[in-house]
Amino acid sequence: MGTVRKWIIVCRTIIGVPDYDRYVRHMQVRHPGAPVMARAEFARARLEARYSRPGSRCC
Amino acid sequence: MRSARTVIIWGLIAAIGAGALGRVALSRGESINAAWLLTAAICTYLVGYRFYARFIATKIFALDDDRATPAVRKSDGHDFVPTNRWVVFGHHFAAIAGPGPLVGPTLAAQFGYLPGALWIVIGVVLGGAVQDFVILCSSVRRDGRSLGQMAKDEIGPVAGITALVAVLGIMIVLISVLALVVVNALKASPWGTVTISLTVPIAMFMGVYLRYLRPDKVLEASAMGILMLGGALWAGQWVAANPALAPLFTLTGPTLALLIMAYGFAASVLPVWLLLAPRDYLSAFVKIGVVVALAVGILVVLPPLSMPAVTQFVDGTGPVFSGKVFPFVFITIACGAISGFHALIASGTTPKLLARETDAKLIGYGAMLTESLVAIMALIAACVLTPGVYFAINAPVAALGTTAESAALAVQQWGFVLQPGEMDALARSVGESSLLSRTGGAPSLAVGMAHLFDRALGGGGMALWYHFAIMFEALFILTTLDAGTRVGRFMLQDLGGQLWPRFREVTWQPAVWMASAIFVALWGYFLYQGVTDPLGGINSLWPLFGMANQLLAAVALCVGTTVIIRMGKARYAWATLLPLCWLLVVVLTAGWQKLFSADPRIGFLAHADRFSALHAAGTLPPGVPSLDALPRMVFNDRLDAAVAAFFLVSVLVIVVESVRVWLGVLAGRRPTASTEVPAQSVTLFAAD
Repeated sequence: MGTVRKWIIVCRTIIGVPDYDRYVRHMQVRHPGAPVMARAEFARARLEARYSRPGSRCC
Repeated sequence: MRSARTVIIWGLIAAIGAGALGRVALSRGESINAAWLLTAAICTYLVGYRFYARFIATKIFALDDDRATPAVRKSDGHDFVPTNRWVVFGHHFAAIAGPGPLVGPTLAAQFGYLPGALWIVIGVVLGGAVQDFVILCSSVRRDGRSLGQMAKDEIGPVAGITALVAVLGIMIVLISVLALVVVNALKASPWGTVTISLTVPIAMFMGVYLRYLRPDKVLEASAMGILMLGGALWAGQWVAANPALAPLFTLTGPTLALLIMAYGFAASVLPVWLLLAPRDYLSAFVKIGVVVALAVGILVVLPPLSMPAVTQFVDGTGPVFSGKVFPFVFITIACGAISGFHALIASGTTPKLLARETDAKLIGYGAMLTESLVAIMALIAACVLTPGVYFAINAPVAALGTTAESAALAVQQWGFVLQPGEMDALARSVGESSLLSRTGGAPSLAVGMAHLFDRALGGGGMALWYHFAIMFEALFILTTLDAGTRVGRFMLQDLGGQLWPRFREVTWQPAVWMASAIFVALWGYFLYQGVTDPLGGINSLWPLFGMANQLLAAVALCVGTTVIIRMGKARYAWATLLPLCWLLVVVLTAGWQKLFSADPRIGFLAHADRFSALHAAGTLPPGVPSLDALPRMVFNDRLDAAVAAFFLVSVLVIVVESVRVWLGVLAGRRPTASTEVPAQSVTLFAAD
């Protein structure tokens, strides 16, 4: 993995956005054959999940 | 050999820290350099991290890297993801750091820098960081369960429900007081108003870009957003300098309050991708950037502290907020020393990301130490101002009057130096029409930061830096406000759903609109009350917020103590009992004084009595526009008293429930069955 890509993932994780490639890898390793969401679909689903559980925010 | 070296190094760090702390605490008369305060804080943090956090990690929780974390056991590629500990640290810090550690220390600077600094440094090592760390460990051992669930599981249903209702009350007070800070920062400031307003379309542009043009390119969109924020700063300056446009954006407090309520409502009902999520991204980057810039500014400039170590206002007569240094410094500074809200984060997303149990030390304890350092830096930025300027910005109209001359006179009577022309010159240099009585902490912090940035980094001069600081403070606050309103809406829908099941459906628009409107009205009422209060509103609302936050911390520490006792580690329960007892002393004393103090500047009820007497006599107190306003202010005082009483009762209920559980477990009357997920070795789980 290139350094730039590594930093992109770091920055995304810090603001709470999961990495799509990691999800694809996870599905391939753990659930081979199961349907895998497309990138845009994954992004929407994560956003939906993140704001549909009443999380919290600090002062 | 190695152990001898360790002893020498840690002995040195401890000695340097103790020396610096002594210098800070004992210096009288001459002004001391901020470097002493920073050194004292950082050495204390290092010693606390190396020894106390390690003690909690090994003796209490016995953190074990062989024991699989939820991220490893339930790895799903999106929610539960084993993540590098420094990345989790960044995520956790971005989630816990907000406007709290900036505003609280700024307000508490009225006592001088010493009381606030001591509470921030000692409170975090023995209290705040312990709370975050213990709750994080507890949640990691329970599949990332939330604080509310743990309160219910560990203590009982009564404590669980009380915690839930208390959180709702806390959200209302939190949002209203933070919104008040924004209103006071933007009042009569066309530059600030334009800049902040533009952040809304900027976020919407990012939202559309991420939804339709380049899905998932979050960093690309954020980079554009940050560039546009620069543009917004410039646009604000341009509008403020334009005689035709400037009056359109020169707004009064009540107008701004209504606009912010409309914004909160919109953020709650609009789809999250359009406004909430992109604002979140922007705010996280700006937050980390500003914290780093502030640290660089302080390190480069190493300013002397102009504020005395202790001012005469420790006796309770302070103009920024009333009340003696005990208990009010411990209420005013919540975030930065101990903040109950962090317990919600430490039992939210963070426990689902931990790759190894031992990472919890860096993330739970370490991130809170970092937030505490931010609070120390905010205190330094506030104490860079001369006391005269600080009080002229932060004291309400009722104390200063409305002209530069009356303000200078009032400040001189308190024994500080302020020339009548000084505030006008300062206001002009930062591009504002006036800086008198801009209560809430944000403007004085922005002036302090502008001083530091201007000297350290140069650039556009004071005015640009001032508005940059205001922009980022407002950005933080509005991000807390919009997400908080949404959370509050969910909680209301959940509660209302008990009576009318359809109300709970988050896809049924009438319920969404109704719940949003009710929640905005609840915090909006307190906001409006604060905006129209001649004492500035901060005086009554900030203590309520501080009490609420400390109440939540007390709940978290009760949960932590119960977890420790149920683990069979009752002999170490003092680690959470110590801060819990201190918080109880502080919250109960402050609550009692806010309710029953005979001094109308402190006690809500005494203030209500005084104003109803004045109304009966037909006398108008200073700063109140008309006699008709008095009955409403009396009602508001009584309402604030009721809120304070509610918080006190809640904390007592939870403490009593907890103590019953502790005694039951210790006497063997209650089952000690663990609610932890049984330990499983990491070797049982395949890595992704």
